[in-house]
Amino acid sequence: MAHETTSANPKVNYEYRRRKARDEMRGQVTSFAMMIFMTFIAFIIVLADFDKFYAFPILLVLAAAQVVLQLYYFMHMSHKGHGTAALFLYSGALIAFVTILTFLTIVWW
Amino acid sequence: MSTVAEKRGFLAVLWDYLTTVDHKKIAILYLVSGGFFFLVGGIEAMLIRIQLAVPDNDFVSAGFYNELLTMHGTTMIFLAAMPLLFAFMNAVVPLQIGARDVAFPFLNSLGFWLFFFGGIFLNLSWFLGGAPDAGWTSYASLSIASDGHGIDFYVLGLQISGAGTLIAGINFLVTIINMRAPGMTYMRMPLFTWSTFVASALILFAFPPLTVGLFLMLFDRMFGANFFDVTMGGNTIIWEHLFWIFGHPEVYILILPAFGIFSDIISTFSKKRLFGYAAMVFATVLIGFLGFMVWAHHMFTTGLGPTANAIFAVATMAIAVPTGVKIFNWLLTMWGGSIRFTTPMLYAVAFIPSFVAGGVTGVMLASAPADYQYHDSYFVVAHFHYVIIGGVVLGLLAGTHFYWPKMFGTMLNETLGKITFWLFLIGFHGTFFIQHFLGLMGMPRRIWKYLPNQGLDLFNMISTVGAFFMAVAVIVLLANVIITQVKNVRVGNDPWGDGRTLEWAISSPPPYYNFKQLPLVRGLDPLWIEKMEGRTEMTPAEPLGDIHMPNSSFIPFVMSLGLFIAAFGAMYQIDWRASDGADYVWSLPVLIIGMGITIGSMAVRSLKDDHGYHIHKEELMDDHDKGGRE
Repeated sequence: MAHETTSANPKVNYEYRRRKARDEMRGQVTSFAMMIFMTFIAFIIVLADFDKFYAFPILLVLAAAQVVLQLYYFMHMSHKGHGTAALFLYSGALIAFVTILTFLTIVWW
Repeated sequence: MSTVAEKRGFLAVLWDYLTTVDHKKIAILYLVSGGFFFLVGGIEAMLIRIQLAVPDNDFVSAGFYNELLTMHGTTMIFLAAMPLLFAFMNAVVPLQIGARDVAFPFLNSLGFWLFFFGGIFLNLSWFLGGAPDAGWTSYASLSIASDGHGIDFYVLGLQISGAGTLIAGINFLVTIINMRAPGMTYMRMPLFTWSTFVASALILFAFPPLTVGLFLMLFDRMFGANFFDVTMGGNTIIWEHLFWIFGHPEVYILILPAFGIFSDIISTFSKKRLFGYAAMVFATVLIGFLGFMVWAHHMFTTGLGPTANAIFAVATMAIAVPTGVKIFNWLLTMWGGSIRFTTPMLYAVAFIPSFVAGGVTGVMLASAPADYQYHDSYFVVAHFHYVIIGGVVLGLLAGTHFYWPKMFGTMLNETLGKITFWLFLIGFHGTFFIQHFLGLMGMPRRIWKYLPNQGLDLFNMISTVGAFFMAVAVIVLLANVIITQVKNVRVGNDPWGDGRTLEWAISSPPPYYNFKQLPLVRGLDPLWIEKMEGRTEMTPAEPLGDIHMPNSSFIPFVMSLGLFIAAFGAMYQIDWRASDGADYVWSLPVLIIGMGITIGSMAVRSLKDDHGYHIHKEELMDDHDKGGRE
């Protein structure tokens, strides 16, 4: 069963790669749909003139979810070998968060 | 292709160093320029101590004293301690992980030249109308009001050298993550490599806040912005926060590599595996992590409120725990070991009580209510000199003696080394121990002169005498270096005899391609494992093959030079605008030309492919005793 592969490596398992690519595609399409949906919700919240007390937290949560989907599905952080990158990303995010928290609580009070 | 045993003219050597991308040569560049700035900062310190030796002294003027203390702090932290640590990181870390070079040799060179030109720019302020005079922290309320160009030199100089430091930090992160030899897992890395890794991560996260702070300051001073001007709706406290968000991790960036050097020295000269290796690694990471949660303890008296003060006080005290873990692990490494008191080991042993003293006063200062008493007094001066000299400088001096043979292939004289050590240690404690009491007696920090008969006379004199001991120690060290290099007695792979880690498995200094074949690492202290099994060399992990090498490049020098030139234009355009275009008409063209040089050299680097070259297998087989195996 000699499939045409783009790889020069004879050990490439065509069926396996096909299945992986299909799963990958499904994940991307699903997250793309979710992102569109979340954007839609965000617009509705603003258009419907929700109380700011509700609107701000919901918008922030939706934004955070979008970032996670972007990182994990479109920028492939869900793949193997991204542990170090993830560690540094989260460390940086944490330090930025602490900094912003401090500024919001004790600098611009 | 051989670079050794060739007599070359001075200009050829100079050109070699200006264009080198070899981590071992960049290490020497860092060592020489860091050492130069260490001497400059040391002379500034001596002038400060001479001024304070006797009451009501008029050795220097008040304004000049402010410049001296500012430049002493700035030079020692940014231009001496950090580059000297980078010297050892560059010289040793690639060898310790069994790599042929750092991940980005070109960037390594660029990082050095940016630091160098930034440092030169900062120090040119002495000759161009006065140095910065608002303290090394350059608090905005002072520095916005400072006349002349001193603070502009500070802002632009640190911006340039800070970019270099950031580049160097990222380079080490990538090197340690990606370039480890086969078998060198994270938990087999020597402690110096680990602490370099954590310190580089701290650089990655700590330098951007400094960059932001410096940019805001730059806009305030040079382009009429008002970020820190309270009368215009700004907030002067923001500078303090940004500075210390950088500044506190910065002191860990300094101390962690020193911890790493000491860990390797103590384990080597106790002839024992480091006690509690995993705990040491964990403690290093934890110190790095907590280092970002404590910056406001420098600002207890700015009025953050009791809640914020309490949170930052507790977080600060928490750092004592991992630090204590490390102290006990060093003690237990020595416990039962077969200890040899070589010069580096003397430094390591002296470091432990000295640093603990600095740590204890640190916990005292961390207690927010008590800090209201200590704040801005000589107690603080004593504290940070105990941690920075007792920790970092002792580490640098220990590292100089320990790694000298690996960097230069010669052994510093042990007798002179021990004389340096004793003079320095006595001088250090003599200078700073007594300053704790000066502080408790009420002597304020950064004060120019004090009145006689207030109980401060004798202690200040003792402190100055101590400083002279340190100065003599440094002179002895310089003499030692000159004598050693003139005699030029070459040493072998492992001159200390008890080397445990990979850098001692390769000749001193190593050949320019480092390992002929990458070594196979079979555990912690890989060379020691081989020695215990009766071998003298590492087992290779690969057959002998062609080695890919980067080409030397002059571009990093030109790129940094461009920024150096542009900085003058950026600074003097203030006067140009102030004079309505009458004077300093050259400032804007200089700014544009400087930026043009930098951007042009970046374009050349980007557009012109440079694939490096290969050292062929046949050449490697001819070279015999040049490291690795055949």
